[in-house]
Amino acid sequence: MTEPWWISLIKAFLIINLVMVAFAYTTLLERKLLGRMQGRFGPNRAGPYGLLQPIADLIKLVRKEAFYPAQALDLPYILAPIVSMFTALAAFSVIPFGAGWHIWRYPVTGEVVNVPISLILIFALGSIGIYGFIVGGWASESKYSLLGSMRTCAQLVSYEVSLALSVLGVVLMAGSLSLVDIVGQQHGWFFHWYFIPQFVGLLCFFFGGIAESSRAPFDLPEADTELVAGYHTEYSGMRWGLFQTAEYINMITLSALTVTLFFGGWHGPWAPLGPLWFLIKLFLLVSTFIWLKATLPRLRYDQLMRFGWKVLLPVATINAVVTAALVVAL
Amino acid sequence: MSPQPFESLKGFGVTFRQIFKKPITQEYPEYKRPVYPRFRGRHRLWRHHNGLEKCVGCSLCAAACPADCIRVVAAENTPDNRVSAGERYARIYEINLSRCIFCGYCELACPFDAITLGNEFELSEYARDDQIYTKDMLLAEPIKKVPVADPDLYDTPIPYYQAHS
Repeated sequence: MTEPWWISLIKAFLIINLVMVAFAYTTLLERKLLGRMQGRFGPNRAGPYGLLQPIADLIKLVRKEAFYPAQALDLPYILAPIVSMFTALAAFSVIPFGAGWHIWRYPVTGEVVNVPISLILIFALGSIGIYGFIVGGWASESKYSLLGSMRTCAQLVSYEVSLALSVLGVVLMAGSLSLVDIVGQQHGWFFHWYFIPQFVGLLCFFFGGIAESSRAPFDLPEADTELVAGYHTEYSGMRWGLFQTAEYINMITLSALTVTLFFGGWHGPWAPLGPLWFLIKLFLLVSTFIWLKATLPRLRYDQLMRFGWKVLLPVATINAVVTAALVVAL
Repeated sequence: MSPQPFESLKGFGVTFRQIFKKPITQEYPEYKRPVYPRFRGRHRLWRHHNGLEKCVGCSLCAAACPADCIRVVAAENTPDNRVSAGERYARIYEINLSRCIFCGYCELACPFDAITLGNEFELSEYARDDQIYTKDMLLAEPIKKVPVADPDLYDTPIPYYQAHS
C-alpha cells in the first residue's frame, strides 16, 4: 500500500520548515564556530548564548529596505532569488532521512517522494538554481553584478561536471540512481558504506560540493574581502537574504547528499534512530565545511579553474572508469 | 593546490585546537578597558575657584578647530552680570560633537586653559541634535564615568605642550 498524497504534502511542509530552521541555525553554528576558531565569542547578545541571533537577523533583513536599481529588469530581477531559493528547497525532497514508519494505519516513507532518478533530479535542480545566480546578476544592470554572475556561473558550471562524474562510482556500485536504493545498499555498520571503496569519489564530490555551494576556499562568487560581492551586489534586504539562504541550503543539501551517497544515510551503528543518525552525520559534515572555511585561504581564480579542470575532472573520470571496470570484472 | 600540502593540513590542527581555548575578547559594555589618562574624549569647560568661568569668549578655539565644530558668541561682562574673569564671556558656547574629530587643537589654542578634552568616549545619541553640547553641559561634570588607567603608569609628568610652550 502506497501512502496517500496528503501524507507527502505534510512531509513536504515539515521538511521545508525543518530545512529553514536548520539553515537558520547553520548560520549561527558557522558564526559561533568561526568565532571560536579565531579566538573570539561569535554572536552572544541575542538570547542565551546568542540562540536568538538567526531570528534577529531575519527581522532585520525583512524590515530593511529592499532597494531596487532603476535600470533593473523587473521580472528577472525579482524572480532570480525566488528561483534559487525554490530549487535549493526542492532538492531536499528526494533525500531519504529514515526507514519509513507506520503511523496509525498509514505507511509513511522516509522521504518526501521516491523518484527512480532522484540523483539526476538533484543535479538538474542544482543547474536550474544556477540560472537564478546568472539572471540575478544580469538583470541588475550593474557591471559589478554582471561580472560577479559570470564569475559565479563559470565556477559552478565547471565544478558541476566533476561533481556529477564523482558520484558515478557510487551509482555504478549501487546499480541505481534512486537515493532510496543507494541508502538501502549501505545497510549496516560503516564497512558497508561507500566512503571506503569510493574514497576518491568522496574527495572529488566533497571538493566539488564546496565549489558548488561556493564556500571557502572556493568562495570566489562572493569573495567578501577582495571583490565586490558578486551577482548579488545590487540586492538588499530579504531578496539578498533569499540568495544567501539558497546558498546555505545548497550547502546543507550537498552535505545531506554526501551523507546519503557515502556515509550510509540514516543507517547507524546501533539503535534504529534513522533521522537522528542522519542529523548527526549532517551536523558533522556541515561543521567540516565551516572548519575548512576557518582554515584555508581563498584560492586565486586561475588556481580555482586549474584545480577544477586539471585535477578534479581527470581524477573523477578515472575513478568512474576504474569503478566501472571493477564492477564489471567482479 | 598549495605547494606544501602537509603544512596546510597542520593548519586544520591549529584551528581545531583553537576551539577549546578561551576567547580573548574583552566584552565591551560589561568590561570597559581603562583609557589612557591623556585619551582625548568629550570636552570640558572649566571654572576658576571663585566660580567664574575661565572662558573669555575669545573664539580662538573656534578659529583653531579644523572641523569647524565650535560656535562661540561673546558678550560683555557687566558689574551686575559677571560671568567670566575677563572683559567678555561666552554667551553661547556650543560644540557639535558629531563633527568634532578630537584633535585637541582647541585645548592648545585656549589662552586660559578654559577648555580641555576629557576622557569620555561614549557619546552616542539617538538624534543628531543631541550631539550639540551647550555651555551648561560642558561646564557640568560628565554624567557617564569612564575608567581611566593609573596616570602614574601611563602619563608623562608634564604634558608635552606645556613643557614646550
